[in-house]
Amino acid sequence: MLLDAAAVNGVTEDRREERPGLDSLDRLEAETITILREAYRASSKPCMLWSIGKDSTALLWMARKAFLGRVPFPMILLETFMELPEVYEFRDELIEQWQLDYFAQVCPPESEVDQTLPPATRAAARKTEGLRTMLREQKFDAVIVGIRRDEQAMRAKERVFSPRRIDGTWDVKEQPPEFWGYYTTSVPDGAHLRVHPLLSWTELDIWEYTLREKIPFVPLYLARNGKRYRSLGEKNITLPIDSNAATIEEIIEELRATRVPERAGRTMDHESEASFERLRAGGYM
Amino acid sequence: MDLRVAITGHVDHGKSTLIGRLLYDTGSLADGKAEEILASSERRGLAVEWSFAVDAAQEERDQAITIETTRVWMHYGGRRIVIIDTPGHREFIRNMMSGAADADAGILVIDALEGIADQTYRHAYLLRLLDVPEIIVAVNKIDAVLDAQERFAQISRDIRAVLETAGKPVRAIVPLSARDGDNVVNRSERTAWYSGPTLIEVLLALHPVAPAADRELRFEVADVYRFSDEERISVGNVVAGVIFPGDRVRIAPSGATTRVRAIKRWPDDPSPALAGQAVGLTFDDPVFIDRGDVVTHADSTPLPATSAFEGVFFWLSEGGPRVGETLSLKVGRAEVAVTVVGIDETIDLGILDKVAPDASARHSAFALRLRAARSVAAEADARCVLLRNGDVVGGGKLSNVEVADGRRSDNLVLAGHLISSEVRTHRNGYRGLVAWLTGLPGSGKSTIAMAVERELFARGYFVYVLDGDNVRAGLNRDLGFSRDERKENIRRVGEVAALFADAGAIVIAGTISPHAADRAAARAAAKPGAFHEIYVRASVETCAARDVKGHYARARAGELPDFTGVSAPYEEPEQPELLVDTNASSIEASVSAVVEYLIRVATAPEALLSYSI
Repeated sequence: MLLDAAAVNGVTEDRREERPGLDSLDRLEAETITILREAYRASSKPCMLWSIGKDSTALLWMARKAFLGRVPFPMILLETFMELPEVYEFRDELIEQWQLDYFAQVCPPESEVDQTLPPATRAAARKTEGLRTMLREQKFDAVIVGIRRDEQAMRAKERVFSPRRIDGTWDVKEQPPEFWGYYTTSVPDGAHLRVHPLLSWTELDIWEYTLREKIPFVPLYLARNGKRYRSLGEKNITLPIDSNAATIEEIIEELRATRVPERAGRTMDHESEASFERLRAGGYM
Repeated sequence: MDLRVAITGHVDHGKSTLIGRLLYDTGSLADGKAEEILASSERRGLAVEWSFAVDAAQEERDQAITIETTRVWMHYGGRRIVIIDTPGHREFIRNMMSGAADADAGILVIDALEGIADQTYRHAYLLRLLDVPEIIVAVNKIDAVLDAQERFAQISRDIRAVLETAGKPVRAIVPLSARDGDNVVNRSERTAWYSGPTLIEVLLALHPVAPAADRELRFEVADVYRFSDEERISVGNVVAGVIFPGDRVRIAPSGATTRVRAIKRWPDDPSPALAGQAVGLTFDDPVFIDRGDVVTHADSTPLPATSAFEGVFFWLSEGGPRVGETLSLKVGRAEVAVTVVGIDETIDLGILDKVAPDASARHSAFALRLRAARSVAAEADARCVLLRNGDVVGGGKLSNVEVADGRRSDNLVLAGHLISSEVRTHRNGYRGLVAWLTGLPGSGKSTIAMAVERELFARGYFVYVLDGDNVRAGLNRDLGFSRDERKENIRRVGEVAALFADAGAIVIAGTISPHAADRAAARAAAKPGAFHEIYVRASVETCAARDVKGHYARARAGELPDFTGVSAPYEEPEQPELLVDTNASSIEASVSAVVEYLIRVATAPEALLSYSI
């Protein structure tokens, strides 16, 4: 982490001398809070997808910061009934503790998704269909999603504010310009905005932030009997990795040393070269 | 914070390959990624295509081009560096901008064989316009040229000249081969003549610019939350300086002063808010504050509140800016409607020359003069964007915000009316507006204006004609007919008409107003949507035949220099709100067309609902 020397230098008044500068996590947090506030300001009916994993839970934590203790929009799980039992347990506890406005959007069965997709990709595409149904029925005009650029090469091409067509699809070639924190916040009637406040974060940043802020997380991320989940997906398409990291500190140490990609255990990413791109073009997160 | 480095340059000069090489040589490629790249290259019948590390889309791989910008993380020497890949094709320039604009440093990749190419110029200029703090030049494919040392020296001289033209010093120029890895991370023996740093050494010496805590306070208000009855919390970003509870502050553009009661965070944390933080503020007094306002310390120089701007904007849309069109300007968190009142310069970024205004807009930059409907707090050098129908079409920096509107006083504080335009509109049942009649002398403007006035008056409207000649007899009696005096004449008529309209009147301004730029300025003086250009069209022959004032005869005899239609040009309106053709139709028909149109726009539901933005 870089300490901003310039933030503490050159200030003459006594009362200002003791002040520490912002570190890397502080600046990432400020960026995310800013994006959340812009999304809330720009939309009339926002919502946030909550997969209950480490990223969207950290994002939920920052939403509480952005809106000073409350979350002024619903948290939505795209429900396939295939999450691991510990995930559901954690969800129930957090809804209770944090008094969340939550609902589960039930996704259609695999038989109703694009049958030309490879099997695990097809299983993942259920969520795309669930999301489409939700948008059609509830008319959200902004959907906040906790994806990160370092997770996956197609996600690395995302915009912070990504206007989507009525059917929710994504055309990587037709993205609006986005720079200097000026976002495209208008969409035609019936279309919606995807908002991605975590694009600048890495997996390591999320864990360091989770540790610093003492954010609760699903215990499946911690190793038991030499295995842990590095990325939490549905139980039919997600595998644990070999690991002895039993605390967040050990996870952080492990991540600093490893070159294994985060989503290695997510089978849908690896079925074919284009499988994740096809998922995303269809509107997947 | 990670250092962000954008890789830019002409198409096929090796940007993506350089990124692949950087990732590979620093050990930043994930396990399995190298194998995936090999397999994907092989499937397409290619040698190892390192660019696949970032060109992930099928179309990018199939066509071997970068379409969309990507960010990847590189780890080396205990540092984390974000590498931003950008496309080199001019078709994807907006993606290049989206990638490069936020970078701390830009690497400009130049093919040693090809030398400086079209996009090299364009990207060099854009890096300056985008204010990217550091520029590094990578002379790539150095292995492929015969006399590498001489070629490198020549390209170095050329690119320094280009960047110096663009006012940008170069941090370093490195000869390298991205494909083979020479001087990228590992020093090459093939360039023994080069003793400067490798690319990675240059990058490791750079650090991102920290938020400016040691400058004057600037707190940009993004929103005002009222979660409970007792307090309104202004949330936003400290973009510079530090703010403490108890500080006396001034709010721009209103100029109101108050004291910071508390700094709001969750969980509670009363510590001062530093540059870079996003916090909430509450104030001691019930001041009016809204998105776009800027909070400064009360004892510092007040921010200029201005409604006239100049700036250079790079253009991202096929349709260039048009004089008279209304766009939306976003500066900081403020958004305001602006009218383009002048295009002072068109710059083709490819050859860095000033060219005729018909060059392709999308790859050009424009020096624009803008006039806003209301004042906003903005400083010179502020980064801003222009939007057309919600889409970003231009980005640039403001210059000259204080004196650009020609005001002699920098310290005007505009008095706020207690009766809003909406209230006037509501009571009258119609909105005030400017009907701007333009056309050749003798086209029938005055005749139509007077008849329309009588008709609207009879129907109960508060209506008044500002006739060109009548105004010249009084308010403008100091003005003649030179280009500058005509311009000033129109400016005054426009300003007076705007005031009448604001007071609730339907103003019919009849002037020749032959210049589009002058009409645009008059439009900009009025509130958005309140100005309606009505082109009274008649051929020069028809007007000369009418010649009620005998002017055409005198002009043709050479007695009246600068007479519009004879010895001075008339620029026809391109998109008037209404066109009446007095060649083709009678005066009565033209009058009723204007009357009907004005009543319709003055009483349209949207006019009654929202008068101003």
